[in-house]
Amino acid sequence: MLGYAFRRLLSTIPVLWIALTACFFILRLAPGGPFDGERPLPPAVRANLEAHYHLDQPLIQQYLRYLGDVLRGDLGPSFINQDFSVSEQIAIGLPYTLIVGGLAFVLATIVGVVAGIVGALYRNRLGDHVLALLILLGLVLPNFLIAPILQLVFGLQLDWLPVGGWGGGAVTHLVLPVTVLALPHVAHISRLMRGAMIEVLSSDFVRTARAKGLDRATIIRRHALKPALTPVVSYLGPAAGFLLTGSLVVETIFGLPGVGRYFINAALNRDYGMVLGTVVFYMVLILVLNLIVDLLYAWLDPRVRGR
Amino acid sequence: MSRRSRRLLSLLAPTLLLLATTTVVDARILNIQNGGDPTSLDPHKLSGDWENRIAGDIFEGLVTENPQAEAIAGQAESWEISDDGLVYTFTLREGLVWSDGEPVTAGDFEFAFRRLMDPATAAEYAYLQYPIKNAEAINSGDNADIKSLGVRAIDARTLEITLERPTAYFLGALKHYTAYPLPEHLIEAQGDDWVKIENIVVNGPYKPVEWVPGSHVTTEKNPEFHAADSVSIEGAKFFTLEDQAAGLKRYRAGEFDILTSMPKDQYAWILENLPGQARVTPFAGLYYYAVNNNEPPFDDQRVRQALSMAIHRDIIGTDVLGTGEIPAYSWVPPGMAGYGDPETVDWATLSYAERIQEAQALLVDAGYGEGGKPLEVQLRYNTNDNHKRVAVAIAAMWKPLGVSVELYNTETKVHYDELSRGILQVARAGWLADYNDADNFLNLLKSDVEFNYGRYANEEFDRLVNAANASNDTSERAALLRQAERIALDESAAMPIYYYLSENVVSPAISGFEDNAFDIHRTRWLTLAE
Repeated sequence: MLGYAFRRLLSTIPVLWIALTACFFILRLAPGGPFDGERPLPPAVRANLEAHYHLDQPLIQQYLRYLGDVLRGDLGPSFINQDFSVSEQIAIGLPYTLIVGGLAFVLATIVGVVAGIVGALYRNRLGDHVLALLILLGLVLPNFLIAPILQLVFGLQLDWLPVGGWGGGAVTHLVLPVTVLALPHVAHISRLMRGAMIEVLSSDFVRTARAKGLDRATIIRRHALKPALTPVVSYLGPAAGFLLTGSLVVETIFGLPGVGRYFINAALNRDYGMVLGTVVFYMVLILVLNLIVDLLYAWLDPRVRGR
Repeated sequence: MSRRSRRLLSLLAPTLLLLATTTVVDARILNIQNGGDPTSLDPHKLSGDWENRIAGDIFEGLVTENPQAEAIAGQAESWEISDDGLVYTFTLREGLVWSDGEPVTAGDFEFAFRRLMDPATAAEYAYLQYPIKNAEAINSGDNADIKSLGVRAIDARTLEITLERPTAYFLGALKHYTAYPLPEHLIEAQGDDWVKIENIVVNGPYKPVEWVPGSHVTTEKNPEFHAADSVSIEGAKFFTLEDQAAGLKRYRAGEFDILTSMPKDQYAWILENLPGQARVTPFAGLYYYAVNNNEPPFDDQRVRQALSMAIHRDIIGTDVLGTGEIPAYSWVPPGMAGYGDPETVDWATLSYAERIQEAQALLVDAGYGEGGKPLEVQLRYNTNDNHKRVAVAIAAMWKPLGVSVELYNTETKVHYDELSRGILQVARAGWLADYNDADNFLNLLKSDVEFNYGRYANEEFDRLVNAANASNDTSERAALLRQAERIALDESAAMPIYYYLSENVVSPAISGFEDNAFDIHRTRWLTLAE
């Protein structure tokens, strides 16, 4: 298993290199540069800035220099937040994103799985319909709409929770952003879970278990849960990738200092160093998450393990 | 509890522990919604007003801003200006120290100005101090002798600044963050790391104590500041938050004391529900449309004038934007020091109906409109709700002239990249004053200036502005600048649309917040009721 994981990791290196190279050159093809703005710079100052960031050198030389830096583990300087290097910014923002995204992930998984099971057991009854309606709402309402509504209701009308800010990580500050982040995933997971559970419950081995006289709770816990989780797990990989890279909308609306807006802001600002740095970081993260999903598969499904 | 769930719990435990640590309630400090994330705390690396809010609280120059944003004595207690207006001699206050207790000396100023102009620093705003002797030559690399810069420490408390030519606004330019002193002892020791939050040393009323990128910068009172006794507020938190609607909600929940921008579409709501808290004031800035003066048909003055006349400026502030921006008929906003009321276009007194009539006549005269060639205009703006509203409204206003408009929007970086390369027909632009002087705006239309997007070129205009800047007589200078403005307006060099407004929302608990044309409100002048 360990050897398999290692080989998988090794094979990601060429993928990373290709993505990085493509990204480097596409970025430079985009019109506008990091120093274009509302106030154009006098040519002398502009030349000074470009020299400072080696932007005056031939592109291929810049590329080789950047590649060398990355190999040494240095993601280079950020052109916009100059007091922090790209690596430092990711290191600062990441814990916030991991806490908010991690909690949203746990919440979405638990609530989604439970709701899916309930839906499957009470199929086509009132409880199932109510759940289906809520899930539909969670799916169709975008977070940039839900977030302000929750802020208005729980922050201003009821005055139960703070409207925004990190607040030192206090639970009250986390409730709204975590909920908003988790909602669409709750909806997805519960739908997957419900479908898979219905299928598993009508399969032969469940019928056998029932014939043995086992009660419903035991059947679900011992026999049905694991196979029914397989589609959920394949969804959890990308979902974790999505949640742990942060959310531009949620971070902006709630004023959280995570890494979610780095990529978008950096791209808009033509902050070349930051865009490439976040690309490297996201890719590594997503590749690792995919690997974890593969390993989880093996644990859930003995047939995969045999292969 | 099964083995598996125990394992799960042990994974979750650190997270739960982290959540359980409750927030320490801050002592009553000022919470400001500050907009963007600061680039740096290094005054030579800044360019935005949100950065200025922080930098101006933690550093102080030779002169500084009072609550009205006028220049008053800062680190210098007095100064003398030579009769020819070229040599400024400043005397520093006695006993000035940095926040680490080291003395602030004239040498720190000399060091800072040399660093600002050093091409290796790549300071974006260095050009603001180009009036200083040899500054431009050094900054552009033509003069390698950095010691020849016209800033000299005579002794620990005396600083002499020599200018290239007399410059009326120079004292005002010294308020700017490009003129702050820097701790030479620290920068010599730490290099670029001097500005890290754990190292930085400052000389202003506050010192920075925490910076979480993407979230906030926290400052607390600097007991070493020369006027620390008169500083009332204990500290400030400058929050990064660009979502204006979310900012307003947090303000209503009491999480912010000051909003530095507001959602325009909620202005009416704020007026009604938070009476007296919206502080909307004319700002020394101009919103305008640049017109390509080199490309037909816009090289025809009649076409430019007709388009400009047909803009119904009176309704843009009231109806299109809703915050009541003041219509602009001049190039220089009102209220610039020593300039008096600016010149205005000569058709400013006509009614809108009369303007339309004349505009139609001008276009027909130029061969367009009814019976003539069709006039097609591409109108560019950088992607933004407000710019879009204005552009759509103006396109509709041009329609009766028979002009068909293509609206073209790009993100900010692309917009300005193309504008500076002269790719435009008509394009949205804006300018906020760097210093309190009409020259700051007229400079935008000089033929050799980068920011002159429309490539307007008039030798007489250039000559007048240069002559004005060489003059040491305030009234003669103003007269020359006004002549230049007159020419640019008569030739419809560009289309002024409205003067910017500063849009703060200020809690009733704050006193000492004075509306001013530069939108600068240093925390040291404010007080906060409990």
